Amino acid sequence: MQQIINFLIRNKHFLLFLLLLLLSLVFTIQSHSYHKSKFVSSTNFLSGGLYSWQHSISDYFNLKTENKRLLEENERLRNQLSVLSVDSIAITHIDTSSYNRPYTFIKARVIKNDYSKLDNYILINKGENDSISTDMGIITDKGIVGIIENTSKNYSRVISILNSNSRINAGLKNSNQYGSLIWNGKDPNIVQLETIPRQAILKEGDTIITHGRSTIFPRGIGIGTIVNYSLDQNKSYYLIDVKLFNDMTDIGFVYSIKSRDAQEIKNLETSNNE
Amino acid sequence: MNRDTASHITRFIVLILVQVLILNHVNFLGSLNPYIYIIFILLAPININKSLFLLLSFILGLTIDMFGDSGGVHAAACLIIAFFRPVALRSVFGLSYEFQTVKLGSIGFGEKLAYVTLMVLTHQFVIFSLEIFNFSHILLIAKKTLFSSLFTIVVTMLVLVLFRRKDS
Repeated sequence: MQQIINFLIRNKHFLLFLLLLLLSLVFTIQSHSYHKSKFVSSTNFLSGGLYSWQHSISDYFNLKTENKRLLEENERLRNQLSVLSVDSIAITHIDTSSYNRPYTFIKARVIKNDYSKLDNYILINKGENDSISTDMGIITDKGIVGIIENTSKNYSRVISILNSNSRINAGLKNSNQYGSLIWNGKDPNIVQLETIPRQAILKEGDTIITHGRSTIFPRGIGIGTIVNYSLDQNKSYYLIDVKLFNDMTDIGFVYSIKSRDAQEIKNLETSNNE
Repeated sequence: MNRDTASHITRFIVLILVQVLILNHVNFLGSLNPYIYIIFILLAPININKSLFLLLSFILGLTIDMFGDSGGVHAAACLIIAFFRPVALRSVFGLSYEFQTVKLGSIGFGEKLAYVTLMVLTHQFVIFSLEIFNFSHILLIAKKTLFSSLFTIVVTMLVLVLFRRKDS
């Protein structure tokens, strides 16, 4: 017993080192698996508050470009609206029994955006208090950005599409074939679409959109255009390089998508599994 | 609490703020960021309590991790260079470290550069191995370690030379 205590006292620095090293390795390994990195995250009040304070200062420098972007979005939405209003001139009243939006959009501001690492995360200034929950999709006016992974009262962390853990369901605009969207960590403007079957007819410049096969993103949200494609080793699937519509290095305001039917669909799926 | 302790605490906080608010957004040539917050570990007093030093380094790294959403990568790297700092000091300064007569504020440029290079290389190598976490990407790890270390060493040396204390 005496010897054990002596040993502990003699090696206390080394033991402390081992203990702390083990702790940091546990955090690291947790951060490499999706949905597990809860302990060390920037959604807490200290880092979230500091980042939003920093952003409230740097916001003034982006007002001009932000304004321009909003004008462009307005213009596009106005064009769509004019087309719609000609079509639906007969239906002028909208009530909840005939008109039922399956998705609602909540706007949020990005207060921290990473794109230079292998696993990138984005922090936004809306949280549970604004009815944001995990597994909601995040888009900008141009295309998709990521999926909510972790929320606190006032902030949420988004797993960016520029993250090696991110797998998003996507496909071609002009056919029904679909695959999953991944990132190889090289260029923040190019992501990869894999497991598109070789029967698909591809052309450079084709548009890639979300396919609505999950409850996260509705069908038809833009992702990017094909810049390059090749068959994989066993010649059965295409590997496609997609140039994003979004500039992932410059994201200001985003919308998070709340699906009204998500819970219903999930319940149905789990009841089928039992 | 004397003047030295106060200056070390101030350095701890200022380095974290500068790292998180400014240097993590540099992204020089696409993805290079200088990690100068390890200056705290480099300049900690030589006769500091070892357990306290390990704990402080761990907290320093964990704070950077918290702001950068990187799990425990920086905490592990800081802990490792804090633990092996005596080895680095002994190999660079030799006998004068054994007798604890080294003053970190007033050493020659060559010795300072050797010390900083040794520590930064270790730190960056641990960071990128843990961040990428895949031995099939060993070349990517080596490449990132090399370029990021070069950048960090240059910036760290500039900071050390510019903010040298007049009296020591």
